[in-house]
Amino acid sequence: MPKDHGIGASSKRREDVRFLSGRGVYTDDMALHGQTYAVFVRSNVAHGRIKSINTANAAKMPGVLAIFTGEDFKDVGGNPAGWLINSRDGTPMREPKRPVLAHGKVRHVGDAYAAVIAETYNEAKDAAQQLADDSDIEELPAIVDMKKAVADASNRVHDEIPDNLCFDWGWIEDNRAAVDAAFKSAPHITTLELVNNRLVPNAMEPRSSIGEYFPGTGDYKLTTTSQNPHLTRLLVAAFVLGIPENKLTVVAPDVGGGFGSKIYHYGEEALVLAASRKLGRPVRWTAERTESFLTDAHGRDHVTKIEMASTKDGEILAIRTETLANVGAYLSNFSTATPTFLHGTLMAGPYKVPHVYVNVKTVFTNTAPVDAYRGAGRPEATFSIERIVDKMCRELNLDPFEVRRKNLIQPDQFPYTTPVGLVYDTGNYQATLDKLIELADVAGFDKRAAASKAKGKLRGMGLSTWIEACGIAPSNLVGVLGSRVGLYDAATVRVNATGNISVMTGAHSHGQGHETVFAQVVAEKLGIPESSIEIVHGDTSKIPFGMGSYGSRSLAVCGSAMSKAVDKIIAKGKKIAAHMLEASENDIVFADGKFSVAGTDKAKSFGEIAFSAYVPHNYPLETLEPGLEETAFYDPANFTYPAGAYLCEVEVDPETGKVDIASFTCADDFGHVMNPMIVEGQVHGGVGQGIGQALLENTSYDENGQLLTASYMDYAMPRADDVPFYTVDHSCITPCTHNPLGVKGCGEAGAIGSPPAVVNAVIDALHRGGHSHVKHIDMPVSPARVWSAING
Amino acid sequence: MTKVSMTVNGKAVSGEVEGRTLLSTFLREGLGLTGTHVGCDTSQCGACVVHVDGKAVKSCTTFAADVAGASVKTIEGMNNPDGSLSVVQQAFQDHHGLQCGFCTPGMVMSSAALLAENPKPTEAEIRHYLEGNICRCTGYHNIVKAVLAASGQDAAALAAE
Repeated sequence: MPKDHGIGASSKRREDVRFLSGRGVYTDDMALHGQTYAVFVRSNVAHGRIKSINTANAAKMPGVLAIFTGEDFKDVGGNPAGWLINSRDGTPMREPKRPVLAHGKVRHVGDAYAAVIAETYNEAKDAAQQLADDSDIEELPAIVDMKKAVADASNRVHDEIPDNLCFDWGWIEDNRAAVDAAFKSAPHITTLELVNNRLVPNAMEPRSSIGEYFPGTGDYKLTTTSQNPHLTRLLVAAFVLGIPENKLTVVAPDVGGGFGSKIYHYGEEALVLAASRKLGRPVRWTAERTESFLTDAHGRDHVTKIEMASTKDGEILAIRTETLANVGAYLSNFSTATPTFLHGTLMAGPYKVPHVYVNVKTVFTNTAPVDAYRGAGRPEATFSIERIVDKMCRELNLDPFEVRRKNLIQPDQFPYTTPVGLVYDTGNYQATLDKLIELADVAGFDKRAAASKAKGKLRGMGLSTWIEACGIAPSNLVGVLGSRVGLYDAATVRVNATGNISVMTGAHSHGQGHETVFAQVVAEKLGIPESSIEIVHGDTSKIPFGMGSYGSRSLAVCGSAMSKAVDKIIAKGKKIAAHMLEASENDIVFADGKFSVAGTDKAKSFGEIAFSAYVPHNYPLETLEPGLEETAFYDPANFTYPAGAYLCEVEVDPETGKVDIASFTCADDFGHVMNPMIVEGQVHGGVGQGIGQALLENTSYDENGQLLTASYMDYAMPRADDVPFYTVDHSCITPCTHNPLGVKGCGEAGAIGSPPAVVNAVIDALHRGGHSHVKHIDMPVSPARVWSAING
Repeated sequence: MTKVSMTVNGKAVSGEVEGRTLLSTFLREGLGLTGTHVGCDTSQCGACVVHVDGKAVKSCTTFAADVAGASVKTIEGMNNPDGSLSVVQQAFQDHHGLQCGFCTPGMVMSSAALLAENPKPTEAEIRHYLEGNICRCTGYHNIVKAVLAASGQDAAALAAE
């Protein structure tokens, strides 16, 4: 029987009732007394010099209350990059200021250079248009293509950065000679040049922010669409506006998806706060969808050359890559970590590769900033590795299942130190591969291929064995690597006098279901009903601290902090129980919600202990403080390493090039699973996004830096009839060895493992159909690209 | 400004609107019914779907003045009279057909409209009907399952897992 509550149960989500009834409260749903509206004036050229902004006409328009330009913010701080990366020669990265509003130059279409605040949205919108008409911006040649950006030093995104390079990073530089030597003597070398297509995260809720200033106290409040309100508070307070951290509250209420794009602090958040201070009234802003396309941090956008040295029978000897990674016009908060430490460190994959060297050059262009998007660096690494493994198999006429099996790290080799700086604590990659082969009925493929052929379709199957590092991260390690923040997390568990519980967690739920799952964990540990536990998140005035939710870290890091805090509650409860039961603390055992004296029937319920803590009439006051509330901070000892094996089957129509996903099967190892229903939902969503990347989505800038795909009419989001039912399994479990719950994280897996499985399947279908000249097709594998590849 | 009157979730309502006022704006800002969401402004994402005289309509591209006199139903009107979740809503919870919840009101309204005109849709019919509703979280798997379940079909058997 499956469990019906606590850890491992598919508890239904408590948050669903409000979402299904239209009673969720997202930022734009809040109406505030005296509220005003901000509309941003955005550049319609990719690169330009601001010659003049004449605010006089706009200022006279009905309802206009204030106008801001870059001039108003030129003396305050910029929005910083969170990681300092050094180039191979030891020089620090180039780090141009990212202002609240553009000053001097605009650097991408959508770059905001002014903002209008008015009584109504329509008035603000009308005045913003007037202001745009009254602005003189001299258009400069746009820098869009990364190779040209690096080659042409005469045209610069930032005048002070001569070659448009942010840094030239080598990982690990000391590996380079051995890698080069391995290639020199290798029996076989496979080479592949590929593009990891630029994506727009497209959380369905557009970004939205409300700034409030309270003149009576000097306090500020920012309500915003954030995945990590404490980080936003830190950045706004300490770096951008110079507000004391204790005078700023940041609240992220119900947030409609993030996928990375809402990790970062954006200039609009600083603007609404500064404007509310000036006006003494709330100032609100919500992005239109096209604004989201133009200004949300994008994802991926790598151009990579990968080489693999191997034996003739498929043993991988070395991997070498050169990547150009686009960071766009400015450095978003995690933009320098994503193509480096979240990408280069994964470039050994789940394989026993003795030698790996990764080179990444990050390039400024006149495009929107690029940062972490679901998977962040790890999808790029996985795609490169899994595509070239497949290509190697094809060149050497080897079976892709057997070659992977041969190269996978063996279960008895953990902990396994990779040549790119990670120590995988545990795993069993053979187990997930075996499970996949069974679930996907690989043995029955030929029969299905024959059926497809009878319909005039080409069927193919594509495999991907992937690993990721998540649960970011040990603070001391990321500090060495260049992080400017720590990446621990915190939780407070408050047992109320009546015995129910409030848990304040640093994780932020924007779809993950923490309100349900975190309550399951606490319920299991304390032996009390889930319904008496409330999970509080997303408000810096309520929770102790938190680095938020991204990188599949919520349960592994924030959940571990919560687990530790619960342990402290139990430890204190034992002391109280020992006093009440007149026993030694060492003799008290806690189980099933009861503190009892071992070997006796003397016991106190959890509720009795809680009551005693708050009404301490019979209580060891001389040695123990009253109350029952504990806070814990948790800094992980290592990353966690979820891994798995994915198989995609496609049908290709050779007449049109259209690819249909016939089936998609996942066998994952996430360690212990707290709520199977939610874990499966996370994998479904990730695979859906991965199929989107592989077949549909592309972010297309023209040579002038105009975004051609800036609405859902132009950007191909996956829709219900683009995807199949997925088969997902998480029964292969090697628990994480270093966190208290043995969990690894599941949020990004689907988006990491799936794109190469899809593309490998398409190539397989074409080869089986006789089109063996097709070696690679870049994503998105659109009908036009497939048709051209077949006929080209 | 003109005065419009209509019935929303069974109640007679009226308000002053400009000719350009969208139904979604009238519902959200005029009536405080913020369950109807606006996700794209271009009639693509479907977060804003409501029922107008029983038909699924994208309220972000409908003028409030154009539905004067009509009967409008929003997500806030979907619960049973006792406040419990209706069959479609309950199926979404039972089958985890939502994550962040932002597209959910539109998904529920579209699904209810589908089931009203086609009480036992096939998987393909559901996927085709929901093309106009974008969800970024679920990969659609559990949404399609929820609609199958709401129609009384054996969702677990049809969604081979």
